[in-house]
Amino acid sequence: MDKRSRELRLQVLHVLEKSRRGHIGAALSVIEVLRVLYDDILRYNPSDPDCPDRDRFILSKGHACIALYVLLADKGFFPQEELATFCDFESRLGGHPEHVLPGVEASTGALGHGLSIGVGMALAARMDSKDWRTFVLVGDGECNEGSVWEAAMSAGKHELDNLVVMADRNCMQCYGATSEVQVLEPFAEKWQSFGFSVRECNGHDAAAIGQNLKEAPFEVGKPSMLICKTHKGMGFSTTVDNPDWHHKSRLTDEDLRGLREQLEADT
Amino acid sequence: MRKTCLKYVHELAKQDGRVVFIGSDISNRDLAEFSAEFPDRFLMEGIYEAHIVGMAAGMAMTGKIPYINTIATFLTRRCYEQVLVDLCMHDLPVRLIGSGGGTVYAPLGGTHMANEDIGILRVIPNMTIIAPCDADEMARLMPLTLDWPHPIYIRLAKGRDRVVSSDEKPFRIGEAIAMREGEDVLLITTGITTARALEAAEQLGNAGISAGVLHVHTLKPLDNEAILDAIYGVSSVLTIEEHRVIGGLGSAVAELIAESDAVGSIRFARLGLPDVFTEELGSQNEILNKYGLSIAGIVEKARDLVGK
Repeated sequence: MDKRSRELRLQVLHVLEKSRRGHIGAALSVIEVLRVLYDDILRYNPSDPDCPDRDRFILSKGHACIALYVLLADKGFFPQEELATFCDFESRLGGHPEHVLPGVEASTGALGHGLSIGVGMALAARMDSKDWRTFVLVGDGECNEGSVWEAAMSAGKHELDNLVVMADRNCMQCYGATSEVQVLEPFAEKWQSFGFSVRECNGHDAAAIGQNLKEAPFEVGKPSMLICKTHKGMGFSTTVDNPDWHHKSRLTDEDLRGLREQLEADT
Repeated sequence: MRKTCLKYVHELAKQDGRVVFIGSDISNRDLAEFSAEFPDRFLMEGIYEAHIVGMAAGMAMTGKIPYINTIATFLTRRCYEQVLVDLCMHDLPVRLIGSGGGTVYAPLGGTHMANEDIGILRVIPNMTIIAPCDADEMARLMPLTLDWPHPIYIRLAKGRDRVVSSDEKPFRIGEAIAMREGEDVLLITTGITTARALEAAEQLGNAGISAGVLHVHTLKPLDNEAILDAIYGVSSVLTIEEHRVIGGLGSAVAELIAESDAVGSIRFARLGLPDVFTEELGSQNEILNKYGLSIAGIVEKARDLVGK
């Protein structure tokens, strides 16, 4: 893990400090993908978050929002201090992201919605001959939802090469392994057969993610799918690939201290 | 009514480049001119209503005004979470045009009848629900939909419904229209029940009962003021709707009365479909007649209520 990934994980722990709750496993799974998007790929302006020519990013697996909040604060969409308000009564930072927060395009968390919204955005951009692009991050567990595949069919039909979808393929969902709950393989072939140009990469390797996303669209006339092979809870030996850390609601001082010590030991 | 509605979507598309039409594998009848003139803004999509509603939300977030048309049942029930989260939570200007509201598709069976559409949509914040009474009223409604800043559900009737509306009374979204004044009983109606209620009111008048008709084309936002004003002038109120009695117009008016000064001083009843899945096929007319929504049924219910 490099310094940037460690710092972002420290910020995740900071978000948890007061709330003592959240979907930790998912946030740690997607953090490198989001880091690359916001560091190197997306076009945006934090001081004008609604500027018409921005790229759109939708975190369809909204429960991974702690990672999104960390990146949005890091880029200046809202003050860093607001991170500590996560799940507070009057906070804009909920357990799932809502569009009231600058930088959040759509309220998500009900799974299976984000890709359809992204298809609509990409279609609208093409109607208006705009060059901004739409990026959507879906979870592999989320791909149990039929609506994901409805949207995939539609993206393929419309040949939306201004749409880039990333799948957080950590092979885990709430109960346990995706293979135990609902087999998804052959995952890449499924997306290919729905009309996507598909690539796979290590979803914790920032350079690999960046290289692939910079080359999107992978094929002219097709939506792109980058399957990011990840580990749920990545970064801590206690959380990695551990379904117990899908969501926590009563984190103790000891839990947080233990996680922080692991990060420090990793430096 | 559908033809008028879709003709106006085409007219609005001519006026405003933001207008997009989305169909879900529906007949090209009434749409050929739109698709020929604006192929880039005409989307005939597959049979996946949940996706279409989400997609329309994404387009509206990007400045478009999508008009979606498919069968009312599928456009309300099948994609309910997308309607609630994607459209209403984001308060987007997407228009849901539901073909066959109520019992229109009676011959096709219970799976195709939308007898709870108003009820399930009425509980969602930001939603606007409109059930015009005839094609002329649809023509007055449609131009107003362009700039209405919220999601709208437009409930289409069967078509060729008797025209009872007139342009003498202005049409505004959210404002009920007094179609007839009366002192004994107020018939509160929506959609095609307005025409039936007007005929029933005529017959009641012949029998010495003065009946008013208040046409509530907009079920949400409800015109509380007009309804309460009208209620204070009568001793009996009967709501009439092509919908189950739970959750629709009758429920909305009952809620209003229960919290008003009128509670306890007026007699009130709801006329609509009962809390069952109707088993009959046949026609819209046959179903409505069986469940007391015929003109004779309305007259009988009103007479019982008034006690004359």
